[in-house]
Amino acid sequence: MVKPKLMQGNECCALGALAAGVRFFAGYPITPSTEIAEIFSKELPKLGGVFMQMEDEIASLAAVIGASLTGKKAITATSGPGFSLMQENLGFAAVAEVPCVIVNVMRLGPSTGMPTLPAQSDVMQARWGTHGDHSVIALAPSSVKEAFCLTVRAVNLAERYRVPVVLLMDEVIGHLRERVVFQPDEKVVQWERKQCLNPKSSQPFEETADGIPPFFSFGGEYRHHVTGLVHDESGFPTSQREGISRLIRRLHYKITQHLSDIVQVEEFFVDDADVLIIAYGSTARSAQAAVVRAREEGKKAGLLRLITLWPFPEKEVSTAAVNKKAVIVPEMNMGQLALEVARVLPDKNLLFPINRVDGELVTPDEILSVMGRIY
Amino acid sequence: MCAVYHKYLRLDHLPHIWCPGCGNGIVMGAFIRAMEDLKYDQNEVVVVSGIGCSGRISGYLDFNTLHTTHGRALAFATGIKAAEPRLKIFVFMGDGDATAIGGNHLIHACRRNIDMTAIIINNCTFGMTGGQFSPMTPKGKKASTAPYGTVERNFDIPALAQAAGATLVARVGIYQVNLLRELIVKASHHKGFALLEVISQCPVNYGRRNQMGDPAEMLEDQKGIIKSAGLGQGLENYFGQIFQSEQPEFIEEYNKMIVQAQKKGGCDV
Amino acid sequence: MSKLWKVRLSGKGGQGLITASIVLADAAIRFGKNAVQTQSYGPESRGGACRGEVIISDQNIYYPKISHPNLLVCMSDTAVKTHAGFLAGDGILIIDETLVTQTRPIKSQFYKVPITGLCREKLGQDIYANMVVLGAIIRITEVVPENVVLETFQDYFSLEMLETNLQAFTIGLKAGEKAIKRFGEFSA
Repeated sequence: MVKPKLMQGNECCALGALAAGVRFFAGYPITPSTEIAEIFSKELPKLGGVFMQMEDEIASLAAVIGASLTGKKAITATSGPGFSLMQENLGFAAVAEVPCVIVNVMRLGPSTGMPTLPAQSDVMQARWGTHGDHSVIALAPSSVKEAFCLTVRAVNLAERYRVPVVLLMDEVIGHLRERVVFQPDEKVVQWERKQCLNPKSSQPFEETADGIPPFFSFGGEYRHHVTGLVHDESGFPTSQREGISRLIRRLHYKITQHLSDIVQVEEFFVDDADVLIIAYGSTARSAQAAVVRAREEGKKAGLLRLITLWPFPEKEVSTAAVNKKAVIVPEMNMGQLALEVARVLPDKNLLFPINRVDGELVTPDEILSVMGRIY
Repeated sequence: MCAVYHKYLRLDHLPHIWCPGCGNGIVMGAFIRAMEDLKYDQNEVVVVSGIGCSGRISGYLDFNTLHTTHGRALAFATGIKAAEPRLKIFVFMGDGDATAIGGNHLIHACRRNIDMTAIIINNCTFGMTGGQFSPMTPKGKKASTAPYGTVERNFDIPALAQAAGATLVARVGIYQVNLLRELIVKASHHKGFALLEVISQCPVNYGRRNQMGDPAEMLEDQKGIIKSAGLGQGLENYFGQIFQSEQPEFIEEYNKMIVQAQKKGGCDV
Repeated sequence: MSKLWKVRLSGKGGQGLITASIVLADAAIRFGKNAVQTQSYGPESRGGACRGEVIISDQNIYYPKISHPNLLVCMSDTAVKTHAGFLAGDGILIIDETLVTQTRPIKSQFYKVPITGLCREKLGQDIYANMVVLGAIIRITEVVPENVVLETFQDYFSLEMLETNLQAFTIGLKAGEKAIKRFGEFSA
């Protein structure tokens, strides 16, 4: 597809998943993510894959995990209220290390909130929504094409790290239609989960050097047990203190020891900038516009766009913030990512959050006006 | 017979956690004997369970086993079956698991008529958490959260499942252990969603509160429990009675749709 | 460098304005432009306030929303009330004369087109009004050549629907022509 095409964020997300090898979708209708389910319902049967509309979002993620346990690449898509219901099984996927992707097209909440209006208020829910200490990866696309690429990446990361990956899209990107060009040399690379090659010498939850155990699939040659209880390396429940701690710690370090493979950011005029904007998702588009206009006015502004939100790009943020006079964090929430930015900034007084919670995207003017006040 | 049990049990994970007199072991034994009749390759069988005492069954059985979140066993099982239809699926749930927190998944699994066998071990209580009343506790019975007796009515599981669309439904008492074995075989051969309610006993957390005596006395009283649930006429015949019908099964219907979709052809990717 | 267009089509759910904005954005891309399309709508499929927006540019489009459109189409009184005040100084305003009761000129570039009326009269139904709108826009603004829009139609309408939508588009083109003449008289 070299010819430019008008495509929608939700559409690109679904097509990206298919290109990444996803052959199972289970979901429940919810605005503003429904287009994703609709596309899967049309395309998956053609590919011999499975589309299931479940009775609720709890069942949706349960079915996705079940499918993934047979070795299939599986995905679900939802929005805030559904994402809340999925937290229970998101925790299961985290502790049982079942690869799966959850697309959350964020809308304004809490509760039913504003179903058709955008927000970015599930950033913390994506990280800490389920109970207990766990690992998770979350990515945030800023363009329609990136909705495709990051869905592919979400599937790949889920498979490689045996972890639930949350694609945090917001309604603006989910519903945005724009020009998308795929170059002929752009290929979709699929990562596969590490398979168990020899059950005699490996265990389904063993502590390997890279932290990621080999995967035994249901219906394969080796039988094993999968549980949401804390388990030892064999997969069976344990109440041995050392074993409990070892599992919980491994769930973390299997992610934190691979940050260079997982964390992605994009710099936009960061090096010589006096004022740094840190943004993600659709808000990063407003920030880009603000940087371009500020530069036209001779102001040295720059943008660090976070593509990976979790694990939080600590190193990248603190490096980019060196010698900056101010760090502006625009978000469509009351300041969620700003909390993380504040955590890694050397001086909290440098932080200027911009919070919009009326269901409208932060405008470049708002960012420029804050910039005008401080610089 | 001992060899049969050894074949299907994960011996290194025994002894089990169940109390003396619990019905779960009896159900597990009947299941193992049914497996011996069915002669499935163990690698091709998935045993899924929910949370609670009954949920631990999956850990003791030597198949592909999945111990899910509370109430969600059928939803996980649905994903497994839809993704890999050749696998034989057996789902174990407790009464609280299946009819309280998992009630929605239960009726929808029935409605889809997806090919699997679900076994609800009904001991009329939330045993693992210490004997709170469940949607299956008969009205007036005592529980740790019903010190004056429950005021709520209980479900009639077979009627519920049948109304929701399950195509094989049976209720069996735990003392009818040979019938249970036969029903598991029959349910597994059945094309569609098969649901077995096994009336079991929890002497520690249910029987004790309701002065029902020791486990043996509880077994004696089982018919009485069903009677007190007020389930209509002819209850003596209710045990082992089977409802069975032939209806389109989910996987078969889905595969027909695949053929149709592929005729239209042309994926965008 | 050609003009940067910020198009807002506003009215009620069911008028097809979001579809019209999608077709416009698609046509612009076929024409070699950069374009983004966004929308805003309420819970109602029919009758609630609704808008479709398109930015057409030769440059990268970062911020995808429109604060001040330079082409505004209003298909209801509420739409005029809500959006007319945001029209850019040099912006064009097109109103559906059939549905909008307030028809005194608001901006210097003010076009009145009886969009829904024409649609009803010539095609017997309101539902093609969105393509009448598109025709009028194309004639008045020449934002995308007519033939490129027609080419785009093939991808959006089934064979049964194509013919009537083409007719609606042609009605819009003519209506646009007429509105330009009226505008001429008007400003003279």
